[in-house]
Amino acid sequence: MLMLKVTSLSYFAYKLLSRSALITAILLAAACSTTPIQEGDTPDETIFSAKDLYKKERIYKSEPIYDPWEGFNRSMYNFNYRFDKYVFLPAVDAYEFVMPDVAEQGVTNFFTNFRQIGTLINCILQGEGEKAMDTTARLILNTTLGVLGLFDWATDIGIPYHSEDFGQTLGVWGVGSGPYLVLPILGPSSLRDGAGIGVDTIVSTEIRDEIIDLSLEEKIAWGVLDAVDTRSNISFRYYETGSPFEYEWVRLLYNTKRKLDIEK
Amino acid sequence: MLAILKNLRLLPLLLVSISFPLNAGAEEYGYPFDDPFVATVVGTPVKFRADIPKEIPLKKSSIKIFKDRITPDFLWYDDKLRYSYALQSGPAPLIFLIAGTGQSHDSATNINMARVFYHAGYHVVALSSPTSMNHIVAGSRTKVPGHATYDAEDLYRIMERIWETLEDDVEVSDFFITGYSLGAFNAAFVTLLDEKRQVFNFKKALLINPPVNLYNSISLLDRMLESIPGGVDNFGQFYDNLINAISKIYKRSTTVKISEDFFYQAYSALKLQDNDLAALIGIVFRISAGNMAFTSDMMNNYGYIKPKNVSFTKTTAPKEYQYVAYRLGFTDYFHTYFFPYYHAEDPSITREQIIEEMSLTHIQDYLKTADKIKVMHNENDLILKAGEIDFFRKTFGERAKIYPTGGHLGNMEYRDNVAHMTSVLAE
Repeated sequence: MLMLKVTSLSYFAYKLLSRSALITAILLAAACSTTPIQEGDTPDETIFSAKDLYKKERIYKSEPIYDPWEGFNRSMYNFNYRFDKYVFLPAVDAYEFVMPDVAEQGVTNFFTNFRQIGTLINCILQGEGEKAMDTTARLILNTTLGVLGLFDWATDIGIPYHSEDFGQTLGVWGVGSGPYLVLPILGPSSLRDGAGIGVDTIVSTEIRDEIIDLSLEEKIAWGVLDAVDTRSNISFRYYETGSPFEYEWVRLLYNTKRKLDIEK
Repeated sequence: MLAILKNLRLLPLLLVSISFPLNAGAEEYGYPFDDPFVATVVGTPVKFRADIPKEIPLKKSSIKIFKDRITPDFLWYDDKLRYSYALQSGPAPLIFLIAGTGQSHDSATNINMARVFYHAGYHVVALSSPTSMNHIVAGSRTKVPGHATYDAEDLYRIMERIWETLEDDVEVSDFFITGYSLGAFNAAFVTLLDEKRQVFNFKKALLINPPVNLYNSISLLDRMLESIPGGVDNFGQFYDNLINAISKIYKRSTTVKISEDFFYQAYSALKLQDNDLAALIGIVFRISAGNMAFTSDMMNNYGYIKPKNVSFTKTTAPKEYQYVAYRLGFTDYFHTYFFPYYHAEDPSITREQIIEEMSLTHIQDYLKTADKIKVMHNENDLILKAGEIDFFRKTFGERAKIYPTGGHLGNMEYRDNVAHMTSVLAE
């Protein structure tokens, strides 16, 4: 009965998702300009301006984050806010409402365990032997005793958890992050990390389909459940930082976070 | 990937949380940090916190306060005023919470207070600070925040509108109000206004770490940024150095995830001094000041930072305007925007007069006799000028509980303080 509810919810979310893909496509075509609208030839005088406040030679400037697609990114940021508000978060609320907490944790554990396959591959690609060992141990323990990953015994007995993706691997190999990129639904990323997500997704889907035989409906349910579960574990909400410069803050923090991830 | 943002959210913690060796001092009062800078930045370590259940049935909602107001494109998502609430199933008292400077209804501190009062049996309604972006855009009549009386009127209007939406669903025995920092200051003026309007007839009000005189407090906070080596112009370098230091610790540490625990490790390793901590506090408040001034300027097209003939679309990049906004402090805002704005409305008012009016001393006569108003404060609060703490002793007498340590809000989660917060309202 419960599974039925979840599946029909998933189907509903899938319908919405496919419709939103269309909206995304339209948005992509209509990427907007980032320049303000100005009446007349010169901007009016303001009480304070950059040229008054900054004496150039004295200022230390951080390396700016490369964002040549800012117009597109800002449109996508706004789209993600709406998608979150009207589709994603209501789906998460419904999911959290129907699912008992124990089952939610089980689902989270299951997907986390499955994603360890990707982490393992990336640890190997990065030449991180110790991390690869930890991850292998986690995978074996949680997949067997943990009943296909529903229970996370590995954490309980203290095997360290690592999360490595192909974007990090490329970073370790010396590939720069490239332009900042706000992905539809997935949010802040970069050209390198976005490509990494693509590679990770293709590889893990291939591996999954090698291991288990799923029907189309089951594959859709898998994807939607994965997405809803992931979102339910992230407390970030668009436009709730209370800053008119949220886009800039998120971009700065994303960049900083990824630098730390790669150095680790 | 969105998953990154889960961890990324923790990054701002570097501005607000630090682990320090615990001091054994202050024997009677067990809050662990004597240094007000450490207390303000670190807050209350987990093992000293009151044991309050995490979960509350908090709901979020929004309301259009000014029907005819057209929200500028750039701030489109703030068209409605947001708030949160948690209701008991049966009859109960209702408490309004007002957030501190620049903070929203669901700021970490407000949510903590909501947990405390919800589990003490109150219906809880949490409001954003009048200085927060969403309030300036959707809840402020003048859109020039920081005015004691007008901010109170705005808050009162919002409370009335929210109460209209709730009154059919809940049974309320009595109304209460509380706030922290600037929110406590606001709560005092709202309580005064309520004596006239009598919509809520607040049974009690609790002011947690309020400023005495706003101008004195904003001057102190602006000055904290001077602790950045080389001054505020070197913020970029300060940030880069901090991140580099953290990343070195991260590489060496056994932690594999960036988590709250990791930040505690990092900060004890960083061995920050009081001037570094002052800089961090200054930065947090500077960000609030910049957000507030820029938002207000956008709403009134005042020509403070953004030229009057320039308008922003939903996707405009603010670029240099952002740098200007964060380069300006609260006192710049006061002297070159706030005062001129209200002076134009009432040319008879002087700068000194308006500074005096934006203070609790201005309503001292009322506060002296208002038995319903209680205060919880700290002897070494960083937002008070030397000697200002005595104002609370003189004005409130027994009604003021003043702790020896805690800095600015550092001890709010400490178990004695939490116990005091609920018991003082229940008396």
